[in-house]
Amino acid sequence: MADEKKFAGYVCTGCGLGERLDAGQLETTATRDGKMQSCKQHEMLCSAEGVQMIKDDIANDGVTHVMIAACSRRAKVEAFNLTDVALTRANLREGVIWVRPDTDENRETTQEMADDYIRMACAELKSMSKPAASAEQSLNKNILVVGGGITGMTAAIEAAAAGYPVHLVEKNGALGGALGGYYKVIPTRSPYDAPAENPVPGMVEAIEASDNITVHLNSTIAKTDGAPGRFSVEVATESGSGETLSIGAIVQASGWKLFDAGKLPEFAYGKTPDVVTNHELEALAVAANGGPIKRPSDGKEVKSVCFIQNAGQCSDKEGHLSYFSGVTDLVSIKQAMYFKELNGECDTTILFDNLRTPGAGGEDFYRAGQQAMVTFSKGIASEVVPGDSLTVKFEDKILNEETEMACDLVVLATGMEPNSGPDPYAQLMVDEAEDEEEKAKAKAALENAPPSILNLQYRQGTDLPHLKNGFTDSHFICFPYETRRTGIYSAGPVRRPMDAQQARDDATGAALKAIQAAENAGLGRAAHPRSGDLSFPSFRKEGCTQCKRCTVECPFGAINEDEEGYPMYNESRCRRCGTCMGACPVRVISFENYSVETVNQQIKNCEIPEEWDEKPRILVLACENDAYPALDQAAQAGVEINPWARVIPVRCLGSVSLSWVTDALNNGYDGIVMMGCRRDDDYQCHFVRGSAMAAERMSKVGDTLDTLNLEPERVILHEVAITDVERAPQLINDMAETVEKIGLSPFKF
Amino acid sequence: MSDLNTAMIEKYRSSFLKEVEANVEEGEWVKMCMQCGVCSGSCPLGKHWDHPPQEIFMMIRANKRDEVLSTDSMWMCTSCYNCISRCPRGLPITHIMHGLAVYSKRLGLTQKQQPTAQFSQIFWDNLMKKGRVNELKLGLSIYFKDGFGQGVKNAMANQKLGQNMMKAKRMNAMEFFSGHSVKDLSGFQKMVKKAQEIEAGNIKDFK
Amino acid sequence: MAKIELSFYPGCSSQKGATSSNYLVSAQTMCEELDIQLNEIPDWNCCGASIGYGGGGELPRLALSARNIALSEEHNSGQEIVATCAACWLSTREAKERLHEDEQMFKDANAALSEAGLKYKGEANVRHMVEVLVEDIGFDTIKSKVKKPLEGLKIAGYVGCQTNRPFGIAGESFENPQYLDKIVESVGAESIPGYEKKVQCCGGALAFSEPEKSQEMIKGIIEAAYDNGADMIVTPCPLCQANVEIYQDNINEAYGTKFNMPVVYYSTLMSVAFGRSAKEAALDGQVIPAKQLQEIADK
Repeated sequence: MADEKKFAGYVCTGCGLGERLDAGQLETTATRDGKMQSCKQHEMLCSAEGVQMIKDDIANDGVTHVMIAACSRRAKVEAFNLTDVALTRANLREGVIWVRPDTDENRETTQEMADDYIRMACAELKSMSKPAASAEQSLNKNILVVGGGITGMTAAIEAAAAGYPVHLVEKNGALGGALGGYYKVIPTRSPYDAPAENPVPGMVEAIEASDNITVHLNSTIAKTDGAPGRFSVEVATESGSGETLSIGAIVQASGWKLFDAGKLPEFAYGKTPDVVTNHELEALAVAANGGPIKRPSDGKEVKSVCFIQNAGQCSDKEGHLSYFSGVTDLVSIKQAMYFKELNGECDTTILFDNLRTPGAGGEDFYRAGQQAMVTFSKGIASEVVPGDSLTVKFEDKILNEETEMACDLVVLATGMEPNSGPDPYAQLMVDEAEDEEEKAKAKAALENAPPSILNLQYRQGTDLPHLKNGFTDSHFICFPYETRRTGIYSAGPVRRPMDAQQARDDATGAALKAIQAAENAGLGRAAHPRSGDLSFPSFRKEGCTQCKRCTVECPFGAINEDEEGYPMYNESRCRRCGTCMGACPVRVISFENYSVETVNQQIKNCEIPEEWDEKPRILVLACENDAYPALDQAAQAGVEINPWARVIPVRCLGSVSLSWVTDALNNGYDGIVMMGCRRDDDYQCHFVRGSAMAAERMSKVGDTLDTLNLEPERVILHEVAITDVERAPQLINDMAETVEKIGLSPFKF
Repeated sequence: MSDLNTAMIEKYRSSFLKEVEANVEEGEWVKMCMQCGVCSGSCPLGKHWDHPPQEIFMMIRANKRDEVLSTDSMWMCTSCYNCISRCPRGLPITHIMHGLAVYSKRLGLTQKQQPTAQFSQIFWDNLMKKGRVNELKLGLSIYFKDGFGQGVKNAMANQKLGQNMMKAKRMNAMEFFSGHSVKDLSGFQKMVKKAQEIEAGNIKDFK
Repeated sequence: MAKIELSFYPGCSSQKGATSSNYLVSAQTMCEELDIQLNEIPDWNCCGASIGYGGGGELPRLALSARNIALSEEHNSGQEIVATCAACWLSTREAKERLHEDEQMFKDANAALSEAGLKYKGEANVRHMVEVLVEDIGFDTIKSKVKKPLEGLKIAGYVGCQTNRPFGIAGESFENPQYLDKIVESVGAESIPGYEKKVQCCGGALAFSEPEKSQEMIKGIIEAAYDNGADMIVTPCPLCQANVEIYQDNINEAYGTKFNMPVVYYSTLMSVAFGRSAKEAALDGQVIPAKQLQEIADK
């Protein structure tokens, strides 16, 4: 009984489907062409009664495979959440009746679309099996937090408060990080009008008092092996002793590094101790111990101070940071207010070019600074001349003059750099550099790579991949804490420059994501965006040629290699995008419910009319994350789609096998439209690299077309965003026009 | 210390800002300017200001006391209130400009021949006499402000204008002899005198 | 409609033989038709206008307006103060707000007022006549009173500065207020809602002290009205009216233009449309005659 497959189809006649389509005909198509052993109709399949009908058949008749012909697979997800069977859905509502006009002359083609979608769904179902978790790991609730600064401490406190044991690893001898030594912090609560108390001491106390947090001081990570739910982490201490921890998920909060102000000789940094960075000023404020801040050279009370904003940042100059650190203007306002608080009648000038005060209270805090008589002057400093009294030369941008001012102390607002490990793709960047200049840059990055932080034992390198400027890559739009290593979350300034409050918010989010990852791993479920998916890739070893494409191209570094070079899948590292499947030249990689075969069957079971029928067929492979929902929304808005289109959702364009394109063309399809997410540095691909991989692979599709003697316009790949509600259908309709222009495919047999 | 060094040390100190806060109408707003320049771009006579409002605010913060108090820029203000209605920080710019102009005049730093400064005083003196403005005498005072000869020339040049106004009964030669007045003129004048005394008493010495 | 009673502040330029005496005549005619009773504030004084600051400074200037408010509160108790002149309204309202916000200034002003035996409370509302028209009377009522629609006339609504900024009319934008256009429409004429110079400064008091600079701006105001095909300009401000009307000869001489554009008050338009005589509408007060209005009034 257990191995016996039983296929059942269900046709919904609600939402106007019954009026627009011949339901009897659909039922016949499902049983005759689709080979369903049974097929039932219901006037509202998603109702409790309709769902119960299906559940009864599963319970009483041993149905194992269910085909639901109703609305889009993105609608009524909860109602049709049938976990005990293999399930597919033919999209007759958003896919057919909502995109076609309700007129007599369109009735025939509308019915044809619906019949095709039923055939395709049934064919897909035939090659699917019910996914089951591999049980590769059990629930492991331990959370590892790397870094004991404000970000790491917050992550530890939050995870512990949620009931998860935490190991907090800090390389220094004390918790607190950079912020630990600060006098005060940027205010985080209304009315945002004065620097606020430093939260670090209170947090250290809370951590020391917690039974759920184990602190490892003077420690680093010597080795991280395994996968979410079964990470094996070796913690090494300075003294040489070590300890191996079993970990469910990891938060990397390795923080930031100070920009080297020694690269700013024009500002006399290093020439006189009276030029300090924002960071160093904190120590002077703490040392003042409630009295006036004194300057380092001679201990004189500071009577005038000048802050130089954007020192070595937002700059194209060699060795400077090209980006703005986001918080340094707020930091200088905060520190200027130290002088107003501690040094009485101290003249305090902030020289800025573009003053940026982000955040809920940023503008209020700026105003509070002005109210406190901090002088904000739009000016660009060019030089600091050391002396008993320092001279700051600058261009006053409002008064349009080169001028100068004297002061006792100069504070440089230098930028934040990420404290990340080496980029695992640094070598790749060298190999793929397009010109000499790029190559030299990539080489320098490779040679100056920082020491590893996580020491991952992964096929694709020891640390989290970077995006730009050394910050860890994360899906900045949808999943900001996610990295390209599943179950490892980066938080705080290693992800992007940020202030303490932003870091705390970030850490809280990352801690919750880590908990979710550990829980999901325990249940064998995928992390987002295919949350809850139990399927995972497997490969037919006898067919594998050890080409390593899958182990190299997996965007998440999920696949290791064994000694013979065969792939070793780590289920809980896998995001189920199928990029490995799309990569495999010998098509041996598959999921229980998604494979080269499940899509190929759909392509083959769509009826291709004879040439003289003059009814072209256009295959649309649409990413299920953005393009497919865009088409659903278009349908809701009543945007028309050409009746020749047949849309197949794919997990990611990265999973598209070139064989689908070849087979479709051989089968007589007249055009193919592929829709994936944006793929450049500002990518929107939910699997980071999938869309980019697809574009690279499909650049070779021209050869196939050449071989078949077909026009290159027949295959096109588009970047589509979820908001492209008007555009996505238009791209399909454009292909229909193209086909009309160049004529039908000769491959219709 | 040489004068040059002293001058440099004075730059970007807040002493003049403090003086403006104490002695200039709405002066405590000057520090709140965020230097966007919308005021300067909105002023109908903007091109005639040597230093538009945005610059004046910066000059105050750069401690350029003499330049600010001796410029005649503020006298270009037509009281159109465009700057006030557009300032994103809500600064009462029109009033600050008026206040700076008055302060400069009070310290005797306004140029004697500044026409608007002169007209402003003539207008005030005119209204002080009867409590209401006598337009005819006001007009004549303006024509004759630079002496009798220039006055006759000015009057001749605007002769047609005057005739037009008289024809429309919007100017009355009899105003020269009688003219409108408040009845309680002595109460009115005592009130203004008192107000002037109080205001003078509030001025703080900064030099 | 119940009679509206207001404490009226006419201002110096409205007096007999002064530059906007015609404004007063037409405003009074308009108010008769709309059942508005104007009770003049006894013994009012000059507000200092927009130029008095240079001679008066802050407190003496505020004291002028405080005296008028105090007189109104004493003699026209319970009535809202209304002014027809933009500068009168602005100075009075500004004084009231400043004395309300600044406690010391309130005390100082009262110390000065006590010299004249007066006491300032600052309770009376200070409004401009157009606020009364827009908020209390309404465009529909104005429309219903029209006996001779000003058909065929295209009129540029020139709002100017001080009726519009910094206070303005509630619900209107500073950059493109609409109420004057709506008044023009209400009396049956065609408005020019997109008139570019609607809120352009005419130079104000600087028309006297800086005539060249001011006349350059006035030229733009008249030119834009011609460009939009206007037959005349309408304004709610006496200084705007005077500046834009009486310097046209000087501008023609300086720039070689041939301007001859009548500039009238909204109250003139309404008086004519309400069927009153040319004299009652004060059309005889035009330096540049508004012939088309004259013809309608004489019909």
